[in-house]
Amino acid sequence: MATVEHTETDLTVAMITEPAQLVDWLVIAPVALPLILGAALLMARRRTAAQPVLAIASLAVLFAADIGLLWHVLANGPAVMTMGRWLPPFGISFVADALGATLVATAGLVSLVCGFFSINSVNFIGQRYGFYPFLLLMMAGVNGSFLTGDIFNLYVWFEVFLIASFGLIILGSGQRQIDGATKYAILNLVATTLFLIATGYLYGIFGTLNMADIARKAPELRSTAPLMTLATLYLVAFGMKAAAFPLNFWLPASYHTPRIVVAALFAGLLTKVGVYALLRTLVMLFPPERSVLSTLIIWLAIATMLVGILGALAQSDIRRMLGFVVVSGIGFMLAGLGLGDPIGIAGTVVYAVHSMLVMTALYLLAGLMRRAGGSYTLNRLTGLYRSHPLMAGATLLLVFAAAGLPPGSGLWPKVMLVQASLGAGVWWLALAILVTGLLTTLALGRVFVLAFWRMPEEKSGEAATIESQDVGRGTYLAVLVLCVPIALIGVWPEPLIGVAQQAAAGLLDPGSYVGAVFPLETTQ
Amino acid sequence: MRTLIFRTMAPYLTSLMVLFSVFVLLRGHNEPGGGFIGGLIAASAFAIYGIACGVSPVRRALYFHPMTISGFGLFIAGLSGVLSLFTAVPFMTGLWAEISVLGVTVDLSTPLVFDIGVYLVVLGSLTSIALALEEREED
Amino acid sequence: METAFSALVGIFFAVAVYLLLSKHIIRILLGAAILGNAVNLLIFTAGRLTREVPPIIPDTLPIPAEATANPLPQALVLTAIVISFSFFAFLLVLTYRAYQELGTDDTEEMRVAEPVDEEAPPMRY
Repeated sequence: MATVEHTETDLTVAMITEPAQLVDWLVIAPVALPLILGAALLMARRRTAAQPVLAIASLAVLFAADIGLLWHVLANGPAVMTMGRWLPPFGISFVADALGATLVATAGLVSLVCGFFSINSVNFIGQRYGFYPFLLLMMAGVNGSFLTGDIFNLYVWFEVFLIASFGLIILGSGQRQIDGATKYAILNLVATTLFLIATGYLYGIFGTLNMADIARKAPELRSTAPLMTLATLYLVAFGMKAAAFPLNFWLPASYHTPRIVVAALFAGLLTKVGVYALLRTLVMLFPPERSVLSTLIIWLAIATMLVGILGALAQSDIRRMLGFVVVSGIGFMLAGLGLGDPIGIAGTVVYAVHSMLVMTALYLLAGLMRRAGGSYTLNRLTGLYRSHPLMAGATLLLVFAAAGLPPGSGLWPKVMLVQASLGAGVWWLALAILVTGLLTTLALGRVFVLAFWRMPEEKSGEAATIESQDVGRGTYLAVLVLCVPIALIGVWPEPLIGVAQQAAAGLLDPGSYVGAVFPLETTQ
Repeated sequence: MRTLIFRTMAPYLTSLMVLFSVFVLLRGHNEPGGGFIGGLIAASAFAIYGIACGVSPVRRALYFHPMTISGFGLFIAGLSGVLSLFTAVPFMTGLWAEISVLGVTVDLSTPLVFDIGVYLVVLGSLTSIALALEEREED
Repeated sequence: METAFSALVGIFFAVAVYLLLSKHIIRILLGAAILGNAVNLLIFTAGRLTREVPPIIPDTLPIPAEATANPLPQALVLTAIVISFSFFAFLLVLTYRAYQELGTDDTEEMRVAEPVDEEAPPMRY
């Protein structure tokens, strides 16, 4: 073997020489933990008894790490860890700012609750197919997307959670699952390919993939380079992932097919990753291009809201209806993106957190109603109020929250969005938000009225076919746990709004984000 | 497909390909090769064995379920990144150790562990897909 | 060279979009495969095409001696190939299962998840 002459090289120009602080590991923990623990669960896939215990313990540790990260970021500003000691932009940076850390913490709570819910609802076969390993791997992908500071790495994490979500959506491999999964998989593949095209062009223009570096260089390149093409491509690609009109059709076609806990996870997490990516690219990287597109985005937002909620009104299956309600919620988040002022962006962030919690809770609740009432369709569910009063209370809270009525969490983001749109003089957006709120009240209120208040019809033949199962305390508790933050945000919104305003400020002025990634150059 | 010639050749071909895949994996450190391409070669070796002799002999020969192998690969690849926690450097920093075995210096490193992990992930997941497709063909 | 490749990328995209617009899943899959290759070729071409010039900077110079291809797009393409390959393998299994279970590869007839004759929600309380 030839010996290599080691020349004296100055490593400080290429490598980080300061030792990594232990607290910096919090940035990578939400990604590394579920990846490694998910892999460990994949190895132990035959031990079906141990799987739920290990998975819930892992999710609890993950949630604790998420909370620690959020705490650290709110106290000290954006936290950074760059892989492999290479100085950014050469090494891939992971950056946790207020936006990323908030969404990671919410996702951690949602996944932990779904883990609890799944103890009773995922049967033996589901566990053998690997529900828990895929759940953890999907969390790794989702958290990676929220925390990465490199746009190509964002693409890789998108693919990670997509592959894991494919595994989850075909769990059980019934006809319906395969039908839904086919559409879900192909449409998402096209969306991520569009994302890749845009990223290829972006590298061609900027010569860098680090988001902080792009944010730094964009003002210099604005007059010469076709950044407008990039912004539009990202809008289409992420809009498709977030299920925005007119690319929303894949979501209601697939989200009702998997097991209810999988649908709850998807509704809570996956579309919000698309919204997050839209915020990150359009608001932080390409703000002037976003303001050119803003009228288009506002009309897309209005169309998404109305198409979603009108679709929901036409459904009799609760799960399919909720799929349309998810789409309608995306419209609200796009509204803030289209407005682009601090209140609007903060409203979008609050709505994203609210939507993650409420949509997951609503899907889980649909699962409870199926167990208690024996069906998912509104035509058969009756008289649940008498048999399950506690469930009725939870449903009422969630209906109010989703419709934006007090004391639910949905009120405050809608107030912020209406305030922002009136402030910008876009009264028709404010009108659309209010009309959609009314229609949401109708669509979801109908679920409550029909399933809970309607008297069971005295037909012996019909009644005999409906067998109600034992609902199970653990699953009940899971939904009630989710109701706590929803009600809390409803009555005491200041902390969340404060965090969201911090996140919006960080997006609109990425100075602290850039400063965290490039500490040497900003201090010089 | 199951001619006598193919069935007789397949075990030898498979063992040669697996051997070659390990060679490619280890060579990948400084020359073209690596975990992904090595894993592909190994997966195609098992696919050939499956085409020739049926799926169940392959499953018996692998002993572990392909997805278990895949999970193990992901596990050690992840752990190779976490090792840098103990030396106060960021995640995924390459750590090197030179070990002298019988007078030959061997470079052991976390990138090598990572590469072996990638090899096992690719081997496991693609073998399980190939076997799933071959199983459908049979019934 | 780059011009010819750009034209080729354009043809790839056109073919891919044409196939993606088909009703039959197998064509859509072929379209997705070609789309993935079109993107890879695009990024590869964008990183410049040179032959047998390694992008290594000699000790004595601050920049490479000759014009070299940018190695980073090639690394990106490598990652994208790996991902699109695994996606394609998965989709192949999935659509094969779908064909077996549903007995069709025509997307218009795949209505198990969204039945045509689903009853409307109750109109009165």
